[in-house]
Amino acid sequence: MDDRLITALIVVIGVPSVLFGYIALTERLLMLAPDHWRVRLRPWVWLAPAVGFLTVFLVYPTIYTLYLSFLDKFSKEFVGIDNYVYFLTTSDTLIALRNNVIWLVLLTFLAVGGGLLVAILVDRVRYESVAKSLIFVPLAISFVGAGVIWKFMFDFRPPGQAQTGTLNGILGAVGVDPVPWLINAPGNTVALIIVAVWIWTGFCMVILSGALKGISTELLEAARVDGANELQVFRGITLPLLLPTIAVVATTMVITSLKAFDVVYVMTNGAFDTEVVANRLYKELFAFGQPGRASAVAIVLLLMIIPVMAINIRRFREQEAIR
Amino acid sequence: MTAITQPMAIANRRRGPRLGRIGLHLTIGILLFIWLLPTLGMLVNSLRPAADVSRTGWWTALGSPGSFTTENYAHVLAQAGLGQAFINSLFITIPATIIPVAVASFAAYAFAWMNFRGRDALFILVVGLLVIPIQTTMVPILRLFRDLGIAGDFLTVWLAHTGYGLPFAIFLLRNYMGGLPREVFESAAIDGASPATAFFRLALPMSVPAIASLVIFQFLFVWNDLLVALIYLGASNAANLPLTVLVANLSNSLGGEWHFLMAAAFISMALPLIVFFGLQRYFVRGITGGAVKG
Amino acid sequence: MEISFIKRSGLVAGLVAAAVVVAACSSGGATTAPSTGGESAAPTSAGESAAPTEGGQLGGTVTVIGTWGGSEQESFLAMVAPFEAATGIDVQYTGTRDITLVLSTGVASGILPDVAGLPNPGSMVEWANAGALRPLDDVLDVATYTAETAPALVELGTVDGKITGVFIKAAVKGLIWYNPAVYTGGEPATWDALQATAAAPAGNLWCIGLESGAASGWPGTDWIEDFVLRQSGPDVYDAWVAGTQKWTSPEIKAAFEAFGGAIANSYGGSDAVLTTNFGDGGNQLFADPPGCLFHHQASFITDFFKNQGGAQEGQYEFFRMPDINSAYAGATTGAGDLFGMFNDTPQARALMAYLVTADAQKIWVERGGALSANKNVSEYPDDIAKRSAELLANAGVFRFDASDLMPVAMNESFWKAMLDYVKTPGDLDSILSNLDTVQTSAYGG
Repeated sequence: MDDRLITALIVVIGVPSVLFGYIALTERLLMLAPDHWRVRLRPWVWLAPAVGFLTVFLVYPTIYTLYLSFLDKFSKEFVGIDNYVYFLTTSDTLIALRNNVIWLVLLTFLAVGGGLLVAILVDRVRYESVAKSLIFVPLAISFVGAGVIWKFMFDFRPPGQAQTGTLNGILGAVGVDPVPWLINAPGNTVALIIVAVWIWTGFCMVILSGALKGISTELLEAARVDGANELQVFRGITLPLLLPTIAVVATTMVITSLKAFDVVYVMTNGAFDTEVVANRLYKELFAFGQPGRASAVAIVLLLMIIPVMAINIRRFREQEAIR
Repeated sequence: MTAITQPMAIANRRRGPRLGRIGLHLTIGILLFIWLLPTLGMLVNSLRPAADVSRTGWWTALGSPGSFTTENYAHVLAQAGLGQAFINSLFITIPATIIPVAVASFAAYAFAWMNFRGRDALFILVVGLLVIPIQTTMVPILRLFRDLGIAGDFLTVWLAHTGYGLPFAIFLLRNYMGGLPREVFESAAIDGASPATAFFRLALPMSVPAIASLVIFQFLFVWNDLLVALIYLGASNAANLPLTVLVANLSNSLGGEWHFLMAAAFISMALPLIVFFGLQRYFVRGITGGAVKG
Repeated sequence: MEISFIKRSGLVAGLVAAAVVVAACSSGGATTAPSTGGESAAPTSAGESAAPTEGGQLGGTVTVIGTWGGSEQESFLAMVAPFEAATGIDVQYTGTRDITLVLSTGVASGILPDVAGLPNPGSMVEWANAGALRPLDDVLDVATYTAETAPALVELGTVDGKITGVFIKAAVKGLIWYNPAVYTGGEPATWDALQATAAAPAGNLWCIGLESGAASGWPGTDWIEDFVLRQSGPDVYDAWVAGTQKWTSPEIKAAFEAFGGAIANSYGGSDAVLTTNFGDGGNQLFADPPGCLFHHQASFITDFFKNQGGAQEGQYEFFRMPDINSAYAGATTGAGDLFGMFNDTPQARALMAYLVTADAQKIWVERGGALSANKNVSEYPDDIAKRSAELLANAGVFRFDASDLMPVAMNESFWKAMLDYVKTPGDLDSILSNLDTVQTSAYGG
């Protein structure tokens, strides 16, 4: 136990110190270089640790994945684009792609919108920390816990028998027959998305709340003193200042919805038309032992975010122009 | 102290019409209730015997205090290796939170306030890496670790979580740092401060809310992670596995005995919530406000 | 001011770095995982070959991975406790539901446990061919093992004539459960006789539950397998498992349709069937008034009756699912837990040799919820277990669970097909032809 305590202490103090020392050292070295070189080299020095990690843990495996996607099941023979063709022609895939689009739209709008709403509302009350903690709880509870929780929300018993699911219990209280939520498409995909929204709204809220706090009060005060009402203050000052952060949160949620896996896997495993692309990947890779096909799915996922990245690049250029 | 209390004092004074305030509290109340309802249901169910849970809804137990039991929690707390697993989780999570936040902050500052060719393209590439599914990276990285001889070390998990967590960390921090007032950095440059000084003395302190958010998320994701620890530490590394593995094993292979999962989920959730609550004080208005003059 | 800041920080960083280095060196290797032995088990790891401890005990550790959690995990640990005491070997068990993920990643990266529960015979063959699983011919006394174990189970664990996997636990499937207070008739001689049973409560003969998280649909596959074996016989069954019998063939279709008949006669209709967790599937047997007469499930369902159904012993009884075609009398299906050895170490060998003995397996049997693969276990916790074991040992025509033997892709499509069929029985033809498509690609390898 002592060993570990020491190691933990070493890491906790050591890593930031080492990075700090690294920057300090390189700054000294850069001082020795001519001005011209200094400005050009410095960014890369600062980026080096991050780029190193990213290359090893994300870029290198992706290149390997791309390579695998052209090989057969045993990763020995070259099969060209067979894996891609297989993926794109299975009926399951088309359903999965359709569902991912639904996920993308609903999850992004609801989670970002919800997070923004909560961040703004609780900003004005004294019990803000408590309220934010409560919205945050779903995120803290892990997917295992969330799966069990929503099992009890969606549980179904035949009409006439005592209901064990909360939603059906509520329906029963108002005299409506219970609904088997997870069985009927496309309502079941929406139900799964609701679970994801429940989890991720806290995430959006935390980030947006942080950004909200960065808006100087003097600015808002000045506007109010000038006679603007709350809505005008929001639209004229708050929203524009929050826009970059909203873009960050929205981009993250879009990518999350493309990668959506845990909720679907735990609750339905893609049955009843709830399949999503990431679940297909998991099945092909780990259940069916088809690394080639799974790799093709992964590459398709990567291609799917290119539009997202393009939008972000444009947004960046615009932002830079203003800054 | 005064600089921070003043903005808050102004906020409190600005109460607005009573109807507006009541509407506000009501809306928040309804939202909170909707959010809490699912969790409340599970909390109540975790205090009931398993046979009851399968047969009647949790709300029926609210009227009869006699039907509650703490046996689920007792069973979880009595698990052999719970304390060890908890320590393992801490040992995995704390470094795996600190390293990515540290590395990302330097990179984010470079992206935000240094100009260089290919900056935007590289940044977008980094953001794009967010979409890579972790499962596809495991085999090649495991082989790499094995060749390096460090397979099964805690180091591998820390490094892996850093690699996986960096894209989002850089994305978030760069956005926040980029939003800091340009004038601050310009006047620092005029005063002859190096970028390093500007970073440590200005950018970092002003980015505290974003860094706090990041710490919360990274801590949470690593604390609740099962897969990365299981694969990189090795599933046969029983003594070193985190809490998540122990919790997942409370239910049997057929999916039965999930009632222990409920109790365990609540127990395991306590620490991230404490971290969240504890870091709330960094989400206070006025931290950047102080740096801007007029 | 500028340079002195850098200078000062450089100094501080240097001091800290020095302190770090000193601390790291002094606690010698504190940065390596301080595990209690049995660490990264590379295939050639010799770390476990510790010298025998006092009393001639072997000592050392053996790492085991399995799917068992909860009370199953406790039972397994109880099973190996005498072994640990006798040999001084520490058995380190980790359970995970992602066993296929862990093992297939392990096979690809070379980081494997010593011993593991294999997800199914198909994976066993694959990993044996990849050279990851070791043959057990020199680990077990083959003659004794073959004599003590049902031939079908020995056969299934054999790859290229060598024993590679052993069953340490078994279950018998295709049992019809009933509440003796509600159903007082005897064991029906044929399936038709069972269907003609009068006085089913509220018209529901069956309660069925197919939900099971990511594996939903598997209880339905058990039904189909039982029908195929009883209606069409072992040859068709074997061809079906091997992928040469088409799903759209009349024999398989007949099995589905028979199941459809049961669904039409089940408590709560298809909605309930699809959403009820398999563990809760039999609860209506014990309800007041009972919702159904019969529940079709394997022998391990008894624990669920007690824990989730709130039933007491004596409230549930079973008979074997009756024959349909007298040509295939005595048809019985069963399943088991397969174990294999990845790393050839003395401790792993000792454990494998121990696990196949009657003494080991009887421990789990006595705890309930399991049957032994070893024929020599004779003590049972209750009458139900005893009769189940007898059924397994004396089956006229015994076959292993078909879906467990099929390629995983086929298996998962089978599960899903059950759900689709219950939801829309009218789509049977298209569901079956879809399965044919999967069959071509899944068996094609």
